[in-house]
Amino acid sequence: MGKIFRFDKDVDTDQIIASQYLLFPTIDEMKTHTFESLNSEFAAQVQPGDFVVADENFGCGSSREQAPSVLKALGVKAVIAKSFARIFYRNSINIGMPVIVSKELYDAVADGDSMELDLERGVITANGREFSCTKLPAQMQAILDQGGLIASLNKED
Amino acid sequence: MGMTMAEKIIARAAGVESTKAGDIETVTLDKLMSNDGTTHLTIDMYNNKLKNPKIADVSKLVWIVDHNIPADSPKTAASQKKMRDFAKEHGITFYEGEGVCHQIMMENHVCPGELIFGADSHTCAYGALGAFGTGVGCTDYLYAMVTGTSWLLVPETIRFNLTGKLPEGVYARDLILTIIGKISANGANYKAMEFAGEGLHTLSMADRISVCNLCVEAGAKTALMEVDDIALDYLKEHGREPKACFKSDDDAVFSQVIDIDLSTIQPIVAKPHFVDNVVPASECYGVHIDEAFLGSCNNGRIEDLRAGAAVIKGKKVAPKVRFLVVPASRAVYKQAMQEGLLDIFMEAGAIVMNPNCSVCWGACQGVIGEGETLISTGTRNFKGRAGHKDSFVYLASAATVTASAIAGEITTADRV
Repeated sequence: MGKIFRFDKDVDTDQIIASQYLLFPTIDEMKTHTFESLNSEFAAQVQPGDFVVADENFGCGSSREQAPSVLKALGVKAVIAKSFARIFYRNSINIGMPVIVSKELYDAVADGDSMELDLERGVITANGREFSCTKLPAQMQAILDQGGLIASLNKED
Repeated sequence: MGMTMAEKIIARAAGVESTKAGDIETVTLDKLMSNDGTTHLTIDMYNNKLKNPKIADVSKLVWIVDHNIPADSPKTAASQKKMRDFAKEHGITFYEGEGVCHQIMMENHVCPGELIFGADSHTCAYGALGAFGTGVGCTDYLYAMVTGTSWLLVPETIRFNLTGKLPEGVYARDLILTIIGKISANGANYKAMEFAGEGLHTLSMADRISVCNLCVEAGAKTALMEVDDIALDYLKEHGREPKACFKSDDDAVFSQVIDIDLSTIQPIVAKPHFVDNVVPASECYGVHIDEAFLGSCNNGRIEDLRAGAAVIKGKKVAPKVRFLVVPASRAVYKQAMQEGLLDIFMEAGAIVMNPNCSVCWGACQGVIGEGETLISTGTRNFKGRAGHKDSFVYLASAATVTASAIAGEITTADRV
């Protein structure tokens, strides 16, 4: 079980991690500033295994890969949204962080609720209900299964 | 069945006869651009995560320091040094302090028909020269750098048929903000936005770059424009030849076709905190501003500086307003000096900065404080984009921004 941190629509990557932190040397130095403008307590409160749940168009804006990377570094298990902006979606898969499209989950949960994710079955359980996850395209599922694009590249070599 | 421009460019890069929206193709990239926003992380992965680190074709790489230049802190300086040293060690084409990455790419590298990855979302600007540019993160960039290839989902295309001509005092910025307002911030998610029609030929290269550049704010994977004589002249002036000039077939399949009469476009402002939150500029008249910014990959070209200078010549920046003017490249800066435009801005009380991303990046120059309001020709008005999380950014054309700097409140050029 993980806790849900719930966000509205059109959350852009500047909100996930602001420009002023992007040239810090490492992701670990950036991660304490995650979601600073929207929820300044997020980085302190989130625990490994927790979830980010959002409305439409999550991760729009800048192509900064630091956005999914800080979420992963904080232990966010998956981001579940009604839809994703394409660069964030692709970046997340590339670093091995599951991103899941669910049209229903956002409207059925509140901030702070708990949920469970069974990736193998493609099922989310929250508030006594089950929600099915939209399947990834095969190409992307293969990258995720190998732990990300770099792991996949190292296998090719 | 006919193909769209996007399908033709991907087919060429994949070495296949044809492809269609929804297919996944393995492509060979023509160029790979990266800037100081993420390159230090790419280098760390190259050095520490790869089993067999190598660069497939170093001649395709272009690295540009443009986001935090000159460096604002020891941490930034260290990240940029890492980039500079790696570029030197591996013989990568490298620019530093020469201007905003997309302007450098347009002036020196982009050719029609190319498929280009840029580790920056506004890479879609390259469509102004009929090239498929798309933004990627640093892992995708690294994979392409090592293998020379990547995979792409072939996008559907929304076609915009342009007719007529923009009215006097209305700019490409007003056009693209109008379009984004119409289709929304994710209205073109995963799609290509293609611009064609007789109206296209009335737009200058500066206009075209401005339009294509902002398409990612509607979620687009890329933006594309047919290559005409104006584009070919631009290429020639910059010493390059086209690779392949594609246009969509008459029987190509578009997911949507939208007709735009350019003569109906009016001055537009995008209000905080979303690029698709657009209104006629007149609805924002009187909004107090603390800072104005003329520059960025969207509106830092010589045409934009001319538009601003024409508005402010002989006038003054309002008391207590900072007006930052930032040419998009060294070439633009020198041209503006020769034309006397920088004198006009300086005499009016503007702050003229070195070519870089500046205020649009929100972390180096002209950062705004709590409760402050900026009007900007930058690319985004997201919450906190220009500094403090509780600040406000309005987006508008070079003329509207300059007029507002004079008035100390949002207004249009016809009112100052």
